[in-house]
Amino acid sequence: MTWETVIGLETHVELATRTKIFCSCTTRFGGDPNTHCCPVCTGMPGTLPVLNKKVLEFAVKAGLALNCDITRYSKFDRKNYFYPDLPKAYQISQLYLPIARDGAVPIHTDAGDKTIRIHELHMEEDAGKLVHDPWIDQTRADYNRCGVPLIEIVTEPDFRTAGEVIAYLEKLKETLQYLGVSDCKMQEGSLRCDVNLSVRPMGTDGLGTRTEMKNLNSFKAIARAIDYEAKRQIELIQEGKRVVQETRRWDENKDATYAMRSKENAQDYRYFPEPDLPPIELSEEYLDGLRAAQPELGEAKRARYQAEYGLPEYDSQMITSDSVLARFFEDLVALGAPPKQGANWIMGEVLGALSTRAMEPKDMKLTAPTLARLIALVGEGKLNRNTAVKVFEAVFDTDGGVDAYVKEHGLEQVNDDGLVRDIAAKVLEANPQSVADYKGGKEKAFGFLVGQVMRELKGKANPQSVNAILKELLGQ
Amino acid sequence: MNIDTEMVDYIAELSRLELQTGEKQAMTAQLEQIIAYMNVLNKLDTTGVEPMSHVFPVKNVLREDEVVPSQDRAELLAGAPVPDEEAFLVPKAVD
Repeated sequence: MTWETVIGLETHVELATRTKIFCSCTTRFGGDPNTHCCPVCTGMPGTLPVLNKKVLEFAVKAGLALNCDITRYSKFDRKNYFYPDLPKAYQISQLYLPIARDGAVPIHTDAGDKTIRIHELHMEEDAGKLVHDPWIDQTRADYNRCGVPLIEIVTEPDFRTAGEVIAYLEKLKETLQYLGVSDCKMQEGSLRCDVNLSVRPMGTDGLGTRTEMKNLNSFKAIARAIDYEAKRQIELIQEGKRVVQETRRWDENKDATYAMRSKENAQDYRYFPEPDLPPIELSEEYLDGLRAAQPELGEAKRARYQAEYGLPEYDSQMITSDSVLARFFEDLVALGAPPKQGANWIMGEVLGALSTRAMEPKDMKLTAPTLARLIALVGEGKLNRNTAVKVFEAVFDTDGGVDAYVKEHGLEQVNDDGLVRDIAAKVLEANPQSVADYKGGKEKAFGFLVGQVMRELKGKANPQSVNAILKELLGQ
Repeated sequence: MNIDTEMVDYIAELSRLELQTGEKQAMTAQLEQIIAYMNVLNKLDTTGVEPMSHVFPVKNVLREDEVVPSQDRAELLAGAPVPDEEAFLVPKAVD
């Protein structure tokens, strides 16, 4: 029998606000334990939560970008559970009237195009961090993360393959980054994903018993966990056993999922309306304002880069994969760089330099005006491309002055054809064997002669004119 | 809804409470009374009545996204039954 895998995702995204969702403590990552806390986020009695305006705005912006219906009258609810990561013994979340519902996210995979339906998007608070100390056999609770704003985005069970899941997550990450509502860093936990998975015989409509997988910290882990869990469920059924509905943890080292203890599994949250937070009513003017302020997203940018700048699809894809790179590219073009050259520098030198330094584009020091100047110098014939790459490497980490560097190191391209001709003549005279080889049909000898001329001119000559002049002299 | 010992045990577990046999009996009786009262309320015909979650006609209470210094950690930990110098300590809760 052939089997079909059915997957739904619950993605938690940390919003890039300055302060927590219900109090004015900082959301900064890290910090000494319990130094980003106050009576509200540590659940002291008698405190009142107050919703952060920016959290509401970011959640609505995300909802709009994911083509959701925005709930005009929205409320918060209490999700009750006793676990020390939440000192109030409940999480403030939204169950009955989430801020956004019924969205749609188009994705592209090698297998074709598809739309993933969004069931809902709601606002909630993050929990604290628990670290067990084996010395004292006690668990330390650090509430710095407690109250950091999250949106949870729940899809319909529309995925059939790990490839579709990854395509969706990449699209989601890209969209949220363009909106500026989250940095979506999986390694810092600002994008976390739970995978609900079941299997069924191919061609049937009903849903099998599902398991929920947690602790998936990378796209790679998600893809592997999906493959593992689908196989595990199919094998169970084929052996005549049943799939048990449970929460399973992905163990990166063992490359396997395992069931969590039943106590952690007890899911009876007894939701009820949060009396401490009044409802939210959104006006049409408010929504219109946010709609008008929505930035251009990746999909639209890719289309525009191809239509307006004539970039190949591949280039558009590469550059728009990161909102910082896209802005950098647009700045280069605005500063007069020819689009294709700007794209080549970004895809080649910039991405290369970032990758050797294991850096993210957003942490890059190099600014668009610096690279634009470098590109302009090449365009004006003042630097050759190879020398420009050297200058690039020199200024990349500090965003140093291109002109000053070129001048200081005497790197300006030699455009004196007379000089090039003299040097070329000398080189030919000094290398009769190579000249003979070239004339005898050995193309390689020509490369050697070009190299010699370039060396004499310390690499500063324009390679095209060196080629032309050598050809001319050899042709005589 | 029927309140029996099993239900009381379940609620106690969800609430991380350890109840003695006598306490369980007392709880069962009290919870039964509460549910009985809810059943009285449920007799009221509420067709067409919007569920109300808030008594006061207040909405959209929001604050600006501006950082205010957090509480001094020592002060924050002072009320905890078992803190160390930087964290709240609780019985083993993770593996």
